[in-house]
Amino acid sequence: MLQQLFKFKGGVKPDTNKTPSVQLPIGIAPLPALLIVPLHQSIGGMPNPLVEAGQRVLKGQRIGGPDKWVSSAVHAPTSGTVLAVEERIAAHPSGLPTLSVVIEPDGRDEWIERTPLDHTALEPERVREILRDSGVVGLGGAVFPSHAKLAPAKSVPMEDLVINGAECEPYMTCDDMLMRERPEEIVRGIGIFRDLLQPQRVLIGIEDNKPEAVAAMQAAVHRLGESYAVVAVPTRYPAGGAKQLIRVLTGKEVPASKRSPEMGVQCFNVATAYTAWRAIAHGEPVLSRIVTLTGNVEQPRNWEVLLGTPLKDLVALGQPRPDTNRYLMGGPMMGFEMPSLEAPIVKASNCIIAGSPALFPPAPPEMPCIRCGACAEACPHELQPFEMYWFSRAKNFGKTQEYNIFDCIECGCCSYVCPSRIPLVQYFRFAKSEIWSRERDKNMADAAKARFELRNERDEREKAEKAARLAKAAAAKAAEKKAAPEAGKETAAADSPVDAEAAKKAAIAAAMERARVQREGAQPKNTDGLTVAQRKEIAEIEARRVPLQPEQQTAFDAENAENAEAQSSRREKQ
Amino acid sequence: MLSAILIMALGAVVLGAALGYASIKFKVEGNPLVEKVEAILPQTQCGQCGYPGCKPYAEAIAEGEAEINLCPPGGQEGVRKLADLLGREVKPLNAEEKPKQIAIIDEQTCIGCTLCIQACPVDAIVGAAKQMHTIVEALCTGCELCIKPCPVECIRMEVIEENIDNWKWKYPVVEIKRVA
Repeated sequence: MLQQLFKFKGGVKPDTNKTPSVQLPIGIAPLPALLIVPLHQSIGGMPNPLVEAGQRVLKGQRIGGPDKWVSSAVHAPTSGTVLAVEERIAAHPSGLPTLSVVIEPDGRDEWIERTPLDHTALEPERVREILRDSGVVGLGGAVFPSHAKLAPAKSVPMEDLVINGAECEPYMTCDDMLMRERPEEIVRGIGIFRDLLQPQRVLIGIEDNKPEAVAAMQAAVHRLGESYAVVAVPTRYPAGGAKQLIRVLTGKEVPASKRSPEMGVQCFNVATAYTAWRAIAHGEPVLSRIVTLTGNVEQPRNWEVLLGTPLKDLVALGQPRPDTNRYLMGGPMMGFEMPSLEAPIVKASNCIIAGSPALFPPAPPEMPCIRCGACAEACPHELQPFEMYWFSRAKNFGKTQEYNIFDCIECGCCSYVCPSRIPLVQYFRFAKSEIWSRERDKNMADAAKARFELRNERDEREKAEKAARLAKAAAAKAAEKKAAPEAGKETAAADSPVDAEAAKKAAIAAAMERARVQREGAQPKNTDGLTVAQRKEIAEIEARRVPLQPEQQTAFDAENAENAEAQSSRREKQ
Repeated sequence: MLSAILIMALGAVVLGAALGYASIKFKVEGNPLVEKVEAILPQTQCGQCGYPGCKPYAEAIAEGEAEINLCPPGGQEGVRKLADLLGREVKPLNAEEKPKQIAIIDEQTCIGCTLCIQACPVDAIVGAAKQMHTIVEALCTGCELCIKPCPVECIRMEVIEENIDNWKWKYPVVEIKRVA
């Protein structure tokens, strides 16, 4: 079938370096001694831990429950014992810890009960729930929960379902090998997405430097009698970006203000389709993923790795050369340096590249921008990186937003072509996170202001209510007194307003006195279980309090005379 | 001559009436600058500026009575924004700039006196008389107003540590010359 292809602007053609890692079939990585499974492995809400230390878990048992709709479950990758649920270093550029479940495998690899299902017999809503509870997320690297993308827009009919097998990042071959070795399951998984979204056509885009994958996918589509179009797209980075691939295959340009379903398109990675099929038809949640281990290693290869495997266990399989000094997660264009060898493999880890000073020489010094415009030509989103660079550098964040910094996908094309070797993407990341942080602060300030205003309103209302109550009580008393003379003349003496005032004052003074005596008599409670040191501390604090007491108490009492009265009467009732 | 004077006089009366009507009809309540200034202030309601809250301080700034460098939680960044808005000179902050903090109640020591609850301007403390109190961390603005009233000194301030959710990419370090 002849398919008309479109072009996206910009892009670059770096060396692909993909051949070394496709020489061997996908290997199954051995069970590591310890698994560190971070709970937050997808975009959206942080899953709640469902297990505790000491508990035995089975392979596939849910250990993190999804929090709200846009969130995804996390599972135990093998059977074993939970050693701890604690903060462990994350596979994140910050190197900061995140809540993780540490599991010691028992080596038996015992599954939970798996129930294979037929998605055609289920309600679409149920299918989406199963995908969420099986932890199916976008495995291209963005890890967006897939179920949240599987509801068609109400107003626009779904025209195209784009399946992303482009894999444009250099060095990376995990999707390539998956398509070569397990094409049938991918095609079946695409069937689930198709049935949920009901698109008019399904397009599978694969870069033309992967002829084996194209052939394997075509054969599988043919074998299963599907009508999907397997399209070889020109190799040009970043053809695997969702918006770029949609543009190339359908000619549609998704504007920044819209999401792709509103344009009648949706895009999924091939590995996501594979895991969706395993989740529905085999009842197996996402426990592992294919990771390319390449770069400065003796044996570059793709491995099927359990999620939570520490980086050191994975890299040992590839026998890194002695001069290896760092490991990148993701590709050389968009990836980041792993903070530690203890950091685990997560759902977003598509590729680990061992780096050495020879393979990735340290970045040359940055030189001034010469305004050549090469970055603008290379930008696949038709942005003006040089403008955004100046404003990010000057910390003029409002201006960077005017130049649409949030449309930047951080693909790295601009940094790649810059003749002055300016780390443009780093500036953009800095500006973006700075803008987000300010947004957070602003929201916090607005919420604080709202609460402050509500509190002031409440204070005033309470004051007004109290005044009204007192006025009512006074009126009632006056009425009573008016009625009193008729009942008996003996109370007439207490009738004059001066006496009423004095009586009230006396009552308040008596109540205050009662409250004071009671306060003095009150002993601290719940002190039985305290240690000697704590008791000593309390005694010290009490000693400090004594000199403060008189003035504080009088101030307190004067302000809260009525409160005290109310309180003491309450106490008396008790 | 007379007609010219009449025309001018009539014009003056008509325009005057129109302006007078407009000044009543489109009267602006309060100072619109106050709102803009208030939007920049961090809304901690801490009173460190010497005014009883962010709004009174914003009013004082808008009136030109107060300096713009009196808000420590807003930091130097806040001073710069105020200077931008008001066309005034940027001044150094008249206090030490502190990292963002939140209050923590030592629940072992708390005696349940409710004094901190009354002091908290944003209702971020929960508790009742003779019951343990605690701070809702997400709502605490770090204003330190609860520290003074506590009779047992069980409230302390803690700096908010960097975590994976509030982590930011750092400003790229510019290497000008390769070090030999």
